Amino acid sequence: MTRDPQSSTTSRLGTQDATIGYDRRTISEHLDVEVPDRSFTAIIGPNGCGKSTLLRALARVLEPTAGRVVLDGRSIREHRSKDVARTLGLLPQTSLAPDGIRVADLVARGRAPYQSLLQQWRASDEEAVDAALRATHLQDLSGRLVDELSGGQRQRAWVAMLLAQDTPIMLLDEPTTFLDIAHQYELMEMFRTFHDEGKTIVAVLHDLAQAARYADHLVVMLDGAVVRTGPPHEVITPELVEQVFGLRALVVPDPVTGTPVVVPLDPRTAAVHPVEPHDADRRVVPTR
Amino acid sequence: MSRVETAPTTRRTVDFGYRTVTVRRARLSGRVPVRVVVVSAVLLAVATAVALVAITVGDYPLSLGDVATALTGGGEPFARMIVLEWRLPIAIAALLFGALLGVGGAIFQSLTRNPLGSPDVIGFDAGSYTAVVVTMLVLGTRGYWPVAVAAVVGGLVTALVVYVLAYRRGLQGFRLIVVGIGVSAVLGSVNSYLVTRADVDDAMAVGFWGAGSVARVTWASLTPSLLIGAGVVLAAALLARELRRLELGDDAAVTQGGRPGAARLGLVVTGVATVALVTAAAGPIAFVALVAPQLARRLTRSPGVSLLAAAGMGAVVLTAAHLLTLTIAQAYRPVPIGLVTVCLGGLYLIWLLIHEARRQYGGRG
Repeated sequence: MTRDPQSSTTSRLGTQDATIGYDRRTISEHLDVEVPDRSFTAIIGPNGCGKSTLLRALARVLEPTAGRVVLDGRSIREHRSKDVARTLGLLPQTSLAPDGIRVADLVARGRAPYQSLLQQWRASDEEAVDAALRATHLQDLSGRLVDELSGGQRQRAWVAMLLAQDTPIMLLDEPTTFLDIAHQYELMEMFRTFHDEGKTIVAVLHDLAQAARYADHLVVMLDGAVVRTGPPHEVITPELVEQVFGLRALVVPDPVTGTPVVVPLDPRTAAVHPVEPHDADRRVVPTR
Repeated sequence: MSRVETAPTTRRTVDFGYRTVTVRRARLSGRVPVRVVVVSAVLLAVATAVALVAITVGDYPLSLGDVATALTGGGEPFARMIVLEWRLPIAIAALLFGALLGVGGAIFQSLTRNPLGSPDVIGFDAGSYTAVVVTMLVLGTRGYWPVAVAAVVGGLVTALVVYVLAYRRGLQGFRLIVVGIGVSAVLGSVNSYLVTRADVDDAMAVGFWGAGSVARVTWASLTPSLLIGAGVVLAAALLARELRRLELGDDAAVTQGGRPGAARLGLVVTGVATVALVTAAAGPIAFVALVAPQLARRLTRSPGVSLLAAAGMGAVVLTAAHLLTLTIAQAYRPVPIGLVTVCLGGLYLIWLLIHEARRQYGGRG
């Protein structure tokens, strides 16, 4: 496993020699991952490589069968459950909500770690919910039924709930998967703002261009193991894309941000060099 | 400083889309939808009124005035005896048992995320019934305590069996319902077999018990129910927060600092206790647990189920059923309350199945 020097700075969250899986099916063994503090970390890799499993372990939804998940130098299990809930929050891949719940109600659920039997709605709870609704541009929709929202709005409501939980670390499990492209970028920009404001973000992402554009630290996984970590421009290379995804591709700079973008080669033409944009319409189309 | 405020105020407050009452004191803060409070209060008031009216009905008719006089310790000794010794415990039982069934149903429907997931559908009633049949026929006792203990133990053991059989990497509501229906069917056949082996007297006793009736309740059998019932209601109130947390799924519950496994076990035990308590004192009273939380939800329009409103609705349903049985008894002949709730609940179940089928397979996805 390769480790870049940057990631060994400071880390609050990570795994140590962790074995993670479901029932008797082991996904990852001896996994050592560190989430650099205040980083925007993206976990990438092909389907079934154990990205989400790792995230779920970090979120302590999944208990490692061996090894441990470490938070602030101690096993995450040694912390009080409420303290962990005030430190890290998860945006799950699929979300369940009771029928007939309204946006503000849902967002208010994020305050659970701060509430007790007798203290269920302090002024600080209301302020946090209000701030979360504003940050996700939902203040005008707060009284609407979650079921009536569009896909993008609904995902923002879940993000608002996570924001109301007010944790320095946010874990996001494929946050943009079911959204159209505009809503994907709207959401990623939101996460970037949270990151700028000092939060540590850990996101499982499918889109490599998004990962490269928004993350400052990548964790690349293959078959349950971490194969590479580091900043996007070092990590994303044609060799890595071929090794991890089995895809022959070029890596070119994003014309907008300069971050690496993966452009698959055309297996029919087997072109190794890119076609100049103005030549695109003169590209040779293979005959059948 | 302590203050009570009603949203919206001049301070920046969150708009929840409905009116809420916010309470903020030094050691206590909370927020409740006005609608839930009003609906619950109205339901409890209606249930109490119906229960009082039910006290007037019987072979010795009384006026509401007579009842009020008797309750305050005045009036004729005979009327006082009828009210205080005979009819009052039954009226209280209808109120309390209805509320307990409402709470039990609300807990299970929320845990299973399914309006069908009520304790009677899942098979706890069948378990209680089997245990009572065995006690009456095999052990040959019909006393209150042996029957009550058998009903509670039978319900709990069945719950445990269903829980274990349905458990697979956590508990899924649908599995719980399907396994419960299966276990219930098995127990039903056991019950039928045992009854065919019994002599006529025993079979009558079992059948009478199995019909479910609050009319058999006396102070002696109500007192323990009241005490344990208070404990169960308190447990449900304390666990309500956990129940709400589980609505968002186990992953969210864990990451928000909850312990879903322990919470769910506590809730299952509490839910079973509500039903077992009722079954022990009155026999199986079906469908109240199924109907009450859903009716309450339609009135409160609150997300998920509100335990308080479900309790109120349960009390209304059972006191109304009680009043109906008394009225039928006057006009025709006595019928057990279990029969009334089965008839009304059966109609509701048919409506629910059609409604759910339309919702799942019909037009909107």
